[in-house]
Amino acid sequence: METKVIMPQMGESIFEGTITKWLKKKGEKVERDEPLFEISTDKIDSEIPAPASGVVEDILVKEGQTVQINTVVAVIGDGGSKPAEAKTESKPEVKTSSTEGKPGIKEGPAPVAGPVPGPEPKEEEKEEEGEHEDAGGHDGTRSSPLVRRIAKEHGIDLSALAGKGTGLNGRITKRDVLSYIEQGASQQKRPAAAQPAKPAAPAPPAAPPAPAVPQMKFSGDVERVAMSPMRKLIAEHMVNSRRTAAHVTTFFEADCSRIMQHREKNRAEFERAGVKLTVTSYFVQAAANALKRFPIVNSSLEGDTIVYKRPINIGIAVNLDWGLIVPVIKNVDEKNLQGIAHALNDIGERARNKKLSTDDVKDGTFTITNPGQFGGLIGTPIINQPQVAIMGMGGIKKRAVVIDDAIAIRPMIMLSLSFDHRVIDGAVADQFMADIQKQLENWNV
Amino acid sequence: MALTTYVEAIRQGIWEEMEKDERVFVLGEDVGIYGGAFKVTAGMLEKFGEWRIIDTPISESAIVGAAIGAALMGMRPIAEMQFADFISCAFDQITNFAAKCRYRWGAGVPIVIRGPSGGGVHGGPFHSQNPEMHYVHTPGLKVVCPATAYDAKGLIKAAIRDPDPVIYFEHKFLYRRVKEELPSEDFVVPIGKAAVRRNGSDISVMTYGAMLYLALDAAKELEMEGIDLEVVDLRSLLPFDKETVLESVKKTNKVILLHEDTRIGGFAGELAAIIADEAFEYLDGPIRRITAPDTPVPYSPPLEEFFLPKVSDIVRVARELYAY
Repeated sequence: METKVIMPQMGESIFEGTITKWLKKKGEKVERDEPLFEISTDKIDSEIPAPASGVVEDILVKEGQTVQINTVVAVIGDGGSKPAEAKTESKPEVKTSSTEGKPGIKEGPAPVAGPVPGPEPKEEEKEEEGEHEDAGGHDGTRSSPLVRRIAKEHGIDLSALAGKGTGLNGRITKRDVLSYIEQGASQQKRPAAAQPAKPAAPAPPAAPPAPAVPQMKFSGDVERVAMSPMRKLIAEHMVNSRRTAAHVTTFFEADCSRIMQHREKNRAEFERAGVKLTVTSYFVQAAANALKRFPIVNSSLEGDTIVYKRPINIGIAVNLDWGLIVPVIKNVDEKNLQGIAHALNDIGERARNKKLSTDDVKDGTFTITNPGQFGGLIGTPIINQPQVAIMGMGGIKKRAVVIDDAIAIRPMIMLSLSFDHRVIDGAVADQFMADIQKQLENWNV
Repeated sequence: MALTTYVEAIRQGIWEEMEKDERVFVLGEDVGIYGGAFKVTAGMLEKFGEWRIIDTPISESAIVGAAIGAALMGMRPIAEMQFADFISCAFDQITNFAAKCRYRWGAGVPIVIRGPSGGGVHGGPFHSQNPEMHYVHTPGLKVVCPATAYDAKGLIKAAIRDPDPVIYFEHKFLYRRVKEELPSEDFVVPIGKAAVRRNGSDISVMTYGAMLYLALDAAKELEMEGIDLEVVDLRSLLPFDKETVLESVKKTNKVILLHEDTRIGGFAGELAAIIADEAFEYLDGPIRRITAPDTPVPYSPPLEEFFLPKVSDIVRVARELYAY
């Protein structure tokens, strides 16, 4: 019995995944549900368990390779059969066809091009056209199997051609994809050809102007490493957010004495319940309360419409060795401190073990990040789109502060809020932060 | 040199094979004294005598049954159905007996059953049909449908020499309408090989029989619009030339399947399935069929004209498919 292992679909909008690591080698035994490989998709990194017990007979996709979902990546067999051969498709040969026996059509069938006496086959036509309208595709990338195959072979993302199809109802046709490939090829060739071949040969002065921003390159010894899919995505998201939102950051300071006291008092009790009470829990709860009072901070902007979200789902940025991920705690306003602490423990652990599901990382409405983790005073975080605000937590440090004209030593924290000034004005942002500050400083011990 | 008509090409093919091989003989209704309803056997009685050109009673079942018996005894009979429509009377002999002898006993039945088929001649429902699919659906038979004089001669010779039962559908609309110069030397057209009649790059039209000429006319018309049709003449339906079909699909990526036979269960359906199965990733548009509708062939000339596929149908579908 052979079991084909496929690239799983890790969420609705995920179409491909990268195999980052094989945990079993070809020929190795594997138990059902034992981790077989690690993948990295647009949204999450995850370990994929083996769908069956047996021997890994073949590994069809190498580490680092990106494949579409449902692609067979490995074959698990009983160890007896031969490894499955990767299918290679034969290229179409264009053979000159035989014209043997070509007829002299001196007396072809009587011409029937004249007016047709019978009724036109209207109904049939309509029916056929109807079929076409439904055929395949969406988002302006409707295309044929041929086009999808050509795109795949050339590593082209068809969304680049979205809305540019010249076929029926904007379909992307063979001609479209082939001319796109041709354009790409000639664009790649052009700069190379434009460069003067040798310094000895004087280049003609009328060379076309070079692109505006020349890429500056370091000329010393370097190591070049391709960005991981996760790195690429973080890069895209960050630049996109900077382009989208009108970022403004406001800074607050909070006295953490009361929450530290509360934590000391309740830590052991929480521990008995199996929950590690982290300082972050207090900030999550305070933020949830403030979000309830300032719903604009829990909103999004869609065109000209402000979308107020009823649930309060707070994303927590978790730093990992291989990047950054923002798992989301859903409906925080419905949880008490223990519930929040427990949820934080859970997502942190699952993020580190690559056990997060797609649902764990989506639908956040507000984000908390922790630039103080390694001693940083505070940071100016970038908003996690399509949200409109993100709170940064600095490190908690004992400082001398003036209280009622006396100098006191207090555990202080700096907080920052980056907000989208398109939607939130400074006054609201400050009131929101003051609300959090007040909650923290007056925590009921 | 003189041009040879399609009907004359069949006559020549039979004549030459009879001269060469004395096991070959013809039996059928009015094939002798009258020379056949379409004059395919004209002059043969005088040349080969009544033992080799046999007039039979009006019983297709008996004609085919006798031919099978003779074939099993070592002869090479050519049985003529006066119209292909009446081949159904011999259905059991053909499908249950001739087709299965080799499988049951290892005994080949080298018979040829000729059937003038097709419409366009205002012959009405009993003299215009294209009954090929009953036989294409019968393993053990071979089915050919020549469209040119060259193929008519080459395929009748190949059929006569074939060790198994061959159903030879000759299109009666083409009998005297197509003609060409034929080589003087002996030649055969191998059963199971298609011919690309026109090389093109945009859309492949797969067809056979009289529809070939409609496809070529449509290609000429579309050429002026810059739509380049490739026209594939299947010639044989069982076995059919899958290689040529798939090669053409892979080249043009769009397909029109055209036949005069009715739609459901027609050869186009089978071709469409094979193309979808084996060349799916080469398709740049839906596989389109142009066929007669699922009705008997009408007797009324305007209705018959409506019933039969037309050049304008091919042009219309090709334009749609080109734009797709």
